[in-house]
Amino acid sequence: MCEGKPMADSGAYLKVENLTKKFGDFTALKDISLEIFEGEFVCFLGPSGCGKTTLLRAIAGLDIQTHGRVEQAGLDISGLPPSERNFGIVFQSYALFPNLTVNRNVAYGLENRKTPKPKIDAKVTELLQLVGLPEQGQKYPAQLSGGQQQRVALARALATSPGLLLLDEPLSALDAKVRARLRHEIKDLQLKVGVTTIMVTHDQEEALTMADRIVVMNEGIIEQVGTPEDIYSRPESPFVADFVGTMNFLTGTAAGNGNVKLDGVELAAIGATDSAADGNPITICIRPEDIVTRGVTKDTDNAVPAVVETLEFLGSFYRVTLHTQGPERTEFRADFSINLMRDLDFFEGGNVVVSLPADHIRVYGEAVTHSDEAV
Amino acid sequence: MIETAALSPPLPGHVVKEKVSREDWIMRGVLLAIALFLTVSILLPLYSLMSKGFEDKDGNFTGLANFTEFFSTPALSYSILNSLTITLWTSAIVLILAFTFAYGLTRSCMPLKSLFKGIALVPILMPSLLPAIALVYFFGKQGIISSWLLGYELYGPIGIVMGECIYVFPHALTIMLIAMAMSDARLLEASEALGASKIKTFFTVTLPGMRYGLVSAFFVTFTLVITDFGVPKVLGGKYNVLATDVYKQVVGRQDFEMGAVVSMVLLVPAVLAFFADRIVQRKQVAMLSTRAVPYVPKPSKGYDMAMLGFCCLVGFIILSVLGMAFFASFIKFWPYNMTLGLDHYQFDLMDGGGWASYFNSIELASWTAVVGTIMIFIGAYLVEKSKGFKTGRNLMQFLCIIPMAVPGLALGLAYIFFFNHPDNPLGFLYHTMPILVICTVTHFYTVSHLTAVTALKQMDPEFESVSASLKVPFYKTFRRVTVPVCVPAILDISMYLFVNAMTTVSAVVFLYSPDTTLASVAVLNMDDAGDTAPAAAMGMMIVFTAAAVRLIHSVLTRGLARRTQAWRNR
Ligand SMILES: Nc1ncnc2c1ncn2[C@@H]1O[C@H](COP(=O)(O)OP(=O)(O)OP(=O)(O)O)[C@@H](O)[C@H]1O
Ligand SMILES: [Mg+2]
Repeated sequence: MCEGKPMADSGAYLKVENLTKKFGDFTALKDISLEIFEGEFVCFLGPSGCGKTTLLRAIAGLDIQTHGRVEQAGLDISGLPPSERNFGIVFQSYALFPNLTVNRNVAYGLENRKTPKPKIDAKVTELLQLVGLPEQGQKYPAQLSGGQQQRVALARALATSPGLLLLDEPLSALDAKVRARLRHEIKDLQLKVGVTTIMVTHDQEEALTMADRIVVMNEGIIEQVGTPEDIYSRPESPFVADFVGTMNFLTGTAAGNGNVKLDGVELAAIGATDSAADGNPITICIRPEDIVTRGVTKDTDNAVPAVVETLEFLGSFYRVTLHTQGPERTEFRADFSINLMRDLDFFEGGNVVVSLPADHIRVYGEAVTHSDEAV
Repeated sequence: MIETAALSPPLPGHVVKEKVSREDWIMRGVLLAIALFLTVSILLPLYSLMSKGFEDKDGNFTGLANFTEFFSTPALSYSILNSLTITLWTSAIVLILAFTFAYGLTRSCMPLKSLFKGIALVPILMPSLLPAIALVYFFGKQGIISSWLLGYELYGPIGIVMGECIYVFPHALTIMLIAMAMSDARLLEASEALGASKIKTFFTVTLPGMRYGLVSAFFVTFTLVITDFGVPKVLGGKYNVLATDVYKQVVGRQDFEMGAVVSMVLLVPAVLAFFADRIVQRKQVAMLSTRAVPYVPKPSKGYDMAMLGFCCLVGFIILSVLGMAFFASFIKFWPYNMTLGLDHYQFDLMDGGGWASYFNSIELASWTAVVGTIMIFIGAYLVEKSKGFKTGRNLMQFLCIIPMAVPGLALGLAYIFFFNHPDNPLGFLYHTMPILVICTVTHFYTVSHLTAVTALKQMDPEFESVSASLKVPFYKTFRRVTVPVCVPAILDISMYLFVNAMTTVSAVVFLYSPDTTLASVAVLNMDDAGDTAPAAAMGMMIVFTAAAVRLIHSVLTRGLARRTQAWRNR
C-alpha cells in the first residue's frame, strides 16, 4: 500500500493533466484532465473506441501519452516506463501465464523481490483466500473457469500491494450471471483492500453499481465526471443522458423562466441547463421511469394529456409509447409498473394524462440527435 | 494553491519523452547485436557480390562490361531460357500433382491419410542430389527401366524436370495442405445446398478459394527449382542452367566475376518471386481473418478409391526413388554384380573427404541447430515484443526477411568475396567450421524466423505488460513463460535447421575446406568423379540421420504434449 499522504496540493492521489494521445494523425485523447483520490473506485465509461483503454494505458505507462502529465502520489510519472510505476493491472484476457500454476502466477511478482519463500506462500494463500479460491492453487489457468481466472488475475495484480489497481474490462469476457456476481465481489474486495482503483468498462450497469465516481468519455474527451447518482439523474450533456439509461429526447421550445413548451403544453423544468431565448427550439429530456400517471389529473403540475399508442410488456414493467394530443403529436415512452397497469385502465388508443415532474426534466439548448438504443 | 516548481504545469505542445528503462536498453542492445550479425552475414556479403559483378579480374570498375559479355555469349545467356523452361515445366507438373494429392488428403475419405502424408514428406530428408542419382539407376544408360524414356535422353531437361519434381513436391504439398485446411467449408456446403454439381462447386468455390495457396505454391516451387543446383548438376548433361553455370564459372573456370554476374542474374527471378509471394501471403492473411470452418468430407466409394489410387501412385514413385538410392548404395557393382554389401560405405577409401565429411556435417548441423535456434528465436522475440525503437525493429524485420530471397549459390559466392577479401578483419573465419555455421544459419534464417514469429504472435501480448507492472524484468518472463510456451515451435525450428544443414549443398559448396568437407558436398564430388554408388551411400547416410532427427523430434514433441497437456488444453 502507499504509505503517507500524497503531497499534492488538491489531495488527489492520481492527477492527469492536459493529456493528449495521438496515433499518427488520429487524436485518441484530447486534452484530458482528471483527478482521482486515494481509495476511490473510478470507472471509465464510454462507447467502444472512445479512448478508455488508451487513457488507462497512458496512466500505466504502457502507451505513453503524446502531451500532458500524469502524477501519482505527488510524483510526476509522465515519462516513466511501466516497470518504474506503482500499479497492478488486470486485462480483459487476464494474461495469466498458462504454464504456471495458480500459486506461481499469484507469486510471480513476489518471487522477484527476494521475499523469503514462507512469506510468499503465506501471502499467496492469503490472496487466494481473499478472492475466494482457497483450494485452487495447484491448478493451471486452463483448468479454471473464466470467472476463476479473472479472480486469479486480480490476486496476482494485488500481490505486490500496488498503489493503483487498473482493470480493463475485467468482466466483459464472462457470461451475464457470473458478471453480476463478480461485480459485487470486486467491489467488496476493493473496499477491503482500500486500493485506489480504475476500471474501464462500456457497460453502464457495471459502472453504476460499482463506481464511487464515473468518468463518462466520448470521442477522446471527458463528457462528465460524477457519482453514479449524478450521472444518472443529472446528466450534463445529451451524450451522457443518452448513453446512460434510457431517455426520451423531445423537441420543444423555450418558454421563459426556465419553463419549456412541449407541443403547446407549458412545463416547469428545474433541471434546465440552458437559458435559450423564448421560442427557440430546445431538447427536453426525461427518463421513461420518471413519468407519472397515478393520480394525475389535468390540474396536476406539468400534466400532459396524451394518447396511448402501444403497450410493450418487458417482464417487470410495461413500456408504453404515447404521443401528445397537440398538433405535433410528439411521441415519448413511459415505463409503468405491472401493478399500476393492473389498477389503471390502459389500452391502445386510449386517452391518458401523465405528468413530467419538473425536477426530472433536463433541458438542452440545441436540438439533439441521438441513437435510439434498446436497453 | 501555488504549484511547486517541480510540479509546474506542462507546456502545451511539449511532447512527452518516454524514459528508456535499463531493460529497454538491454532489449535494444541484443536486437542491434543480432541485426549486426545479419548485416555481416547477408548485407555486406551481398554488397561484395554485387560490386564484384561490375569489376574486372584486377578489381577495376568496368561498369556493365561483364553483363554485356554474359548476354552476348550464347552459351551463357541460353541458360536463362533453359532455367525458365525446366522451372515452368516442373512448376506445372508439381502443382497439379500436389494439388490432387492434397485434395485427396483433405477432401476425401480415403484411408491411411497420415501414412501418405508422411511418405510425401520423405524428399525433404534428402539432398536434391539423391533423387537425381536414383533416377540415373532407373533411366540412365544402365538403368533398369531406361527403355521407358522411348529413346529420349535422361541427361538434360527431362531428367532435370523429373528430379526437381520429386525434390519440390513436399514443399508444394505443405502449402497446398495449409491452403485447403483454411478454405471455408461453409461455402462448399452452401454451394452444394444450392444444388450445384460437384464439378461446378469445384470450379466456382474450391479453386477460387485456393488461389492464394496455388500462387504461393507456384512461387515457392519456382524459386526452389530455379536456384537448385543438385539435380541439374547430376542430370544436366550438356543442358546448362543458371545454377550450374555459377558453379562451373567459379569452380571450373575460376572466373569469379562471371560467377558473380550469373548469380546476380539468378537473383532477379528469385527476388521477384519472393516479393510476389509476400504480397500474395498478405492477401491470404486478410482473407483469413474470418474464422473458417474446416471441411468434413463425406464417404463416396468410387471417388475415395480414385484418390487412394492416385496417392498410392505418387507415394510409390517417391518410395521407389528412396528405395533405389537405398539399394544402389548396397549393390556391389551395378549392373554386373548385384550382390549386396557395405563396400560403398567405406568412404575413407574414396575421394570426398571420407567419413570425416559425415561427422563434419553432423557437427555443422548441430551447431546450426543450437546457435541458429537461440539467435533466431531471441531475434523474433525482440522484434515482436520490444517497445518503442521503431526504426531498429523495422530494420531488423527487413534483415530477417532478406535471406529467403537469396539463392544459396549466390550466398556462398558472396561469402567468398566478402570473407576472403584481404582487408576483411573477419578473414580468419574463412575455411573454418564457424563460417559454415554462419552461412547455414543465415541461409535458413527467414523460414525459422517466421515460424518463431507465428508462435510468438499466438501468445497474449500483455504478458510483457503484466510482468512490467509486477516489476519482473522481461528476461525472466522470457525464460519462465515465453520459452516454455513456445517449446514446440523451438523444436520445429531446430529440427528444420538441422535437417537443412545436413542436406544443403548450394551455399556451402563454395565454403568448405579440406578440413571441413561435408557429407552433402561429398555426394556431389563422388558423383562428379563417377563414384555414383558411394555417392548414393553418402546420400543415404544423410537421409538416415535426418530421419532419425525427425523421429527424435516427433517423440520429443509428443512427450512434451503429454506432459504439458494440463495447461495447453484450452
Ligand atoms: N495502437 C493504435 N494505433 C492507432 N489507433 C489506435 C491505437 N490504439 C487505439 N487506437 C484508436 O484510438 C481510439 C481509442 O481506442 P481505445 O482502445 O482507447 O478505445 P476504447 O474506448 O478502449 O474502446 P473499447 O471499448 O472498444 O475497448 C480508437 O479509435 C482506436 O481505433
Ligand atoms: Mg478498450
